[in-house]
Formats: sequence, C-alpha cells, structure tokens
Amino acid sequence: MNKKKIIIPLLAVLLGFITGAIVMILTGHNPIEAYSALLKGAGLFGDVKRFGDTLLNMTTLILTGLSVAFAFRTGLFNIGAAGQMLMGGFVAVLIGVKFNLPPFIHVTIATITAVLAGAAWGYIPGLLKAKFRIHEVVSTIMMNYIAMWSVYYLVPKYIPGSFSTESKAINTSASLRTEWLTNLFKGSYVNLGLFLALIAVLLIWWILEKTTFGYELKAVGFNLHASQYAGMKVNRNMILSMMISGALAGLAGATYYIGYANNIKIGVLPSQGYDGIAVALLGLNSPFGVALTALLFGFMNAGRLFMQSSTSVPNELVPIIIAIIIFFAATSLMLETWLKKSEKFFKKSEGGK
Amino acid sequence: MEYIIEMINIRKEFPGIVANDNITLQVKPGEIHALLGENGAGKSTLMSVLFGLYQPEAGTIKVRGKEVKITNPNIANDLGIGMVHQHFKLVHNFTVTENIILGMERVKNGKLDIDSAAKRIEELSKRYKLTVNPHAKIEDISVGMQQRVEILKMLYRDAEILIFDEPTAVLTPQEIEELMHIMKNMAAEGKTIIIITHKLKEIKAVADRCTVIRKGKSIATVDVKETSEEKMAELMVGRQVSFKVDKKPANPGKEVLRIENLNVKDNRGIKAVKDVNLAVRSGEILGVAGVDGNGQTELIEAITGLRNIESGKIFINDIEISNLPVRKRSEAGLGHIPEDRHKHGLVLDFSLEDNMILETYYKEPFSSKGILNREKIRSYAEDLIKQFDVRSGQGATTLTRSMSGGNQQKAIIAREVDRSPEVLVVAQPTRGLDVGAIEYIHKRIVQERDKGKTILLFSLELDEVLNLSDRIAVMYEGEIVGIVNASETNENELGLMMAGGGRDSHE
Repeated sequence: MNKKKIIIPLLAVLLGFITGAIVMILTGHNPIEAYSALLKGAGLFGDVKRFGDTLLNMTTLILTGLSVAFAFRTGLFNIGAAGQMLMGGFVAVLIGVKFNLPPFIHVTIATITAVLAGAAWGYIPGLLKAKFRIHEVVSTIMMNYIAMWSVYYLVPKYIPGSFSTESKAINTSASLRTEWLTNLFKGSYVNLGLFLALIAVLLIWWILEKTTFGYELKAVGFNLHASQYAGMKVNRNMILSMMISGALAGLAGATYYIGYANNIKIGVLPSQGYDGIAVALLGLNSPFGVALTALLFGFMNAGRLFMQSSTSVPNELVPIIIAIIIFFAATSLMLETWLKKSEKFFKKSEGGK
Repeated sequence: MEYIIEMINIRKEFPGIVANDNITLQVKPGEIHALLGENGAGKSTLMSVLFGLYQPEAGTIKVRGKEVKITNPNIANDLGIGMVHQHFKLVHNFTVTENIILGMERVKNGKLDIDSAAKRIEELSKRYKLTVNPHAKIEDISVGMQQRVEILKMLYRDAEILIFDEPTAVLTPQEIEELMHIMKNMAAEGKTIIIITHKLKEIKAVADRCTVIRKGKSIATVDVKETSEEKMAELMVGRQVSFKVDKKPANPGKEVLRIENLNVKDNRGIKAVKDVNLAVRSGEILGVAGVDGNGQTELIEAITGLRNIESGKIFINDIEISNLPVRKRSEAGLGHIPEDRHKHGLVLDFSLEDNMILETYYKEPFSSKGILNREKIRSYAEDLIKQFDVRSGQGATTLTRSMSGGNQQKAIIAREVDRSPEVLVVAQPTRGLDVGAIEYIHKRIVQERDKGKTILLFSLELDEVLNLSDRIAVMYEGEIVGIVNASETNENELGLMMAGGGRDSHE
C-alpha cells in the first residue's frame, strides 16, 4: 500500500514534465534542449556554484514544506507559513542590524529569535483555534497580512536601508553564510541553513514517529474526541502543533533573510511560504518526502534562468510545469483510478495469453 | 419470476481478505429475507455490492430476472433498491427533511420546496409510526431517531427492495417491536426486505427465509419457521453456542463508585441528568436501562470526565473525581468502553496497535522518557489481538478504519479490559456484534466482576441488561426512576419503567 502511495507523486512529476514538453513542442521549442539546459542550470552536470544555488533554493522550501506538513499531520492546515517566515526573518534581520556581537553568538541569537518569532506567530492562530474553535485557515491567512503590513511599517521606522523598500544590511557576524561553504560552492549563497533544514527533517520525523509527544499530536489531529477520551490535553496540543509549525517557518525566514539575503524587503510575502503547501502535498506530508520534493523544486527554480538565457524557452515554463505537477498530485484520486484501470488491463491481457 | 434478486457466485476481495467467496443469495419477491452471519463474515460487503458501493471481482446479479451491473448507488435506486446502513450516512448540519430529500430535491419557483417535502415526510412518519421532527437538525437528535430518518429516506424514495443493515442495534425493545411490525406491513404491501442481522430472535420474529454466511461463504438458506435458533446459531458460528450468560451469583463487596445528587446539562444547556444517586459495589454489575436519549449519554460522560457537571459529587473509593481531568480519573482506576466507538473509542486513522495504547502510551513499557517503544507496542497489540480474537487484514498494523465494526469494538474491549480498571463504565458493549462475540464479551465482563471489579453497564438492549446485571437501575428523563434486582424483574416490568410508568409511578 505504501508503495502505491509513493508512485503517485512520482507519476505526477513525470506527467508534469511530459505536459511541459508538449507545451514546448506546441510553442515551437525543443524540449530536450530545454530540459538539459534546466539540469545544467541547476548544476546537475557538475557546475558546483549552480548546484549550490539548487541547495540554497531547497533549504528554504524544506523548512516551509515541513512547517505545512507537520501541521497537516497533526490535523491543522497552516496557510500562514509565509507570515511566520516573514516575521522570523524580520526579527533575525532586526537583531542582525541592531547588535554588534561576536560572529558565532550573533548568528545563533538571530536564528533562535527567528524560530521564536515564527512560533509566536503560530501561537496566535493556535490559541484562537483552541479557545474559540476559529478555523486556522482563516486566521493564518489574516496573520499573513498582519505580518506583511507590520514589516512594511517597522522596517522603515527602525532599520531603514538605502532604498525605502528595504532594510539596512545585517552585520556579517549575523549571517548564516560562512566562508568555507561559500568557497566550497564557488561563491554560491548556500549557507548553514542547509544543515539546519536537514536536521529539522530528522527531528520532525523523529518527533512524529518515535515520541509520545508526536503520537499525541497525531491523535489530536485525527480525532479530537478520542484524544479527549484518552485523557490528552487537546487544546494544549493544538497550540503546540501550531507553534512548532510556526517555528519551522520562522527558521525558514532565517535561512532566507540572513542566509540567502542580508536584508529584508517590504511589501511582499515570501512566495516560499505558499510553495511550502505544494511541497508538503507532493511530499505526502512525510519529512523525507518533503526534503525530496524541496530538492526537485529547488533545482527547477535554480535552473530556470539559465534555461531561458541559453535556449529560447521562457523561464515562466518552470512555474507552469510545477503547477501541472501539483495539479496531478492534488488529483491523486484520479491517478489512482488510472493506475487501477491500467493494472486491470495488464492483468487481463496477461490472462488472454 | 421466482426471485426478485439473485446474486450468483459473488466474489469480492480486499487487501488480505476475501470478504465474499462465491456467495449466492436468492430473494423471493414480498418476503423478508434475513442475512445471518458473524462480524466480518461478509454480510455488509455483499449488500454493499448489491447497492453498488463495491464492484465484485466475479459473479452476476439479477434483479427481477434481468442481469444488471450496479456500478453505483444511483443505479440501485433506479432499480428500486434502498439501503439503511449500519453507520448512518447523514449530513449532520442539515435538517431531517433536507437529509431525506438530498439528491432528489424538488424545486418550486427556483426555490427548494421544503414545505411539501416536509409534509410528505410527516405523512410517511405517521403511517409507519416513525416519529421524527422534520425540521430538527441531525446533530441535535438521538442515534435512534437518526435511524428513523434513514428508514424514511428509503420510504420517501419508494424503494421496493429494502436492505436493513443491523437495523435494531440502536433501538429499544418497544421500538424493535414497532420496527418488526413496520417490516411485516411493508412485506404485506409487496415490498421485499433483506435484513442483515445476527440477532436470531429477530429473525425468528420477522423473517421468512434466512441465508447464513460464514467466513465469506454462503453456508445454507433455511426456512425460518422450520429451523430452531440453536440450529441457526450453529450454522453461523460453526459450533454450538450458549445464549445464557453463565454466571454465579454476585458476591458484592464494599461500595466503590458513588454518585451523589448529580446534575448534568446536555449540549443545548438543558438538564439531562437530574439529581442522580447511585452506588455500585465491587464485584457487582449495575445495569442502567432506559430508552435512548434519557440522559444516559450525559451521565456516562459526566462520570468519565468528558462533560462538566452542574452540581453533585462522584467518588471512587472515597476519592472525589467529580472535577478531575480524564487522565486523573483513569489513573484513579476508571475504565470506559464508550458508546460511540468511532467518535470516542478509536482513532480510525491510526493502526490497530496505536489504538491499543491510546490511554497507556505514556507509560512503561510502551514508552520511556517520551520515546515510544515500538517493539513492546507491537508485541502487546499482537497479544491482545490473539487473546480477544480481533480479526483484521494485516494484524497489528491494519488501519483501524478498514476493520469491521465488530472487530473495532473487540479492540476497544480488549484495551479496556486488559487495563483491568477498578471501575469499568461499559456503554453498549455489544452494539452490532454477533452471538459468538457477544458470548465472549459478556464472559469477559462477568470475569471482571468476579475479579472484584465494579461495573456500571449502560445498554439499550434489555436482554443484555437483564442477562448481565446483578442490579438494574432504570433511567427515565434524566432521573433514576427505580432500582431492582435483576433476578426479581422481567422485560415487561423494565419496559414499563423505561416508559415512565413503573413501580413508583405517581398515579
């Protein structure tokens, strides 16, 4: 049964690329050329810097994907990863700009506060759900906008940069980038966030599968009443779930704003927050699935601009392919029936012999 | 046309299980045909095939002599087949009327014509004595009433062949009698009825013929009048079974569970439990009888900590538990077999083994310092599965949702009985179970009693209350209207008390 589950996202990816190829042929492009350019652009043919960029893209997506997947496994639909990520990033940048501390300590404090800020941003919808049964989809969407406009107001007021649309740059002591990693990947912005993300994957998997805490969170997510019956603290668990989900998104904010970037722009919600939903969906809400999906999306995002410049295919094709993959993954039910039908068909034709 | 329905050599497989193995069922028009079998024998599956919910791997279905392919329930409806499922398929935030007309709504001037539908439903409910309020919301009415809605749904669709999946499980004796009358009337009017059940008494009372299924195979089709209950039970289980609960007289000890002046409100804020006083001693089973919806649910929830009390006190061994959280009560020695196994008893999306540790996961040996010990959980679950004969496709790792209702209930009972709590609140322990399983579960409950445990039994089945209990309390409109010794009462007296008449009537 588990095998069948994994087939569906793989099939979705395959169908996505095939459909992408059809679109290219119809618009007069060569799909083989385009796809090899995409792979090359993502550094899969040996270009170390480009591969570093793939990992960089993957880092943030792993964390937002984990954020959504973790919430989902515990019965919550966190649409607020974008806002939680933004708040985490804002606090990290604020600390990065305002303080002058020794390198290791500075970045550690900035990262931890980003995690806490994300958790706090998740706490509010969690509390609203636990106390007043307000659906988290509504409240997290609202919280996204509150985050966006708060940053819009706070950045120019407290940490204005040289442009009015962005903050001052952080002190290098607060950056997640390190020299050895930058050198290893020949100048890519890939940073320590990569390791934090991979640790998070293991940690979340461990919590969900191995601990009584994860057991409780899942029980509450699946059946509130039975959890109550079993004596679990339903409300507390709900709030904790949202906080952990928010913390992961907050960490994503750190890897993005004090890792990839060194300042924060105002007036935008990070798209990775919403991409996290797609990553979680295609990754079947499993931590390792999320990591693999993030790698896939990471390489497509990293390679798209190279594809555009070295072939005639516009880079917008990449989001189209991603969208098609998501579409197929989301209609997994349809894929399942196709699979079943083809299985039956093959069984029959075998029997015919 | 000899048969209105013929299902010939039906085969249906699920992962790990052959649910129907070449089953043949032939039903004559105008008869009441019973489908008898243990839990997981494949009765519900067979009927789901007939109703178009499952597609069989092999076999043919003929309706009125014509071979048909029933690929979905709409086709079944068009063929005049209607089904009342064991687990109701109702929209909870819709009204009774809205549920009944769902899928065949009549529109008048661009608006839903609720009024004329409600009128027809009222007529139907009067004619068949299925009292419902057409404008009540499903979530506000009792389980028994929800079933009446399901029956009305079929009648509203003018179904000619009516399938009842365990219809009496949720009804009181009086209601069951009424339902039997309704069924006979419908058969007399030319409707064909298939009733899935494992209650031999009911088969004897209404059915003309009976097809027995065991472990996915059809064993025999017998004429009910000419076959004894014992014979049918034997065909069903494959061995001889006893109907009487074998138990010695109780040997009650000290008072363990004490309830004083308990008042509890229901979801609408109306007092559902009124000044209840009860005392249950160790080594005895106190049965609470009553018509569904007379405050039993609220009383159970108040004792087990799922509902706040208004006033009053609850003690276990002189420790007051009235306001303790659920876990503290459980640790004080309270066990609970809940009446709604899907809502409270199980996390359906968990594996069977994860459900077995639902209340003990945080304790040794299932975990230590917050880390689950998967090996111990697996071996514990496998042990319980074996001991309590819980049948499932993939053993301990089976998704609980995919198990049959009876086996789900067995899993809950295994979990609760194995914890061996001092006080066990048991609600509807055998709802939807077959004689073999009932026999076994009753034995386990009596065993607990004989170990000196205190048992408070809630059941809507009078037989069960009478068979198991040492003393019986009758609940009517939230009050305990009388407590009698089980050996000194009978079904009639209890039935009268349950209806508000009874011993201490106020006439």
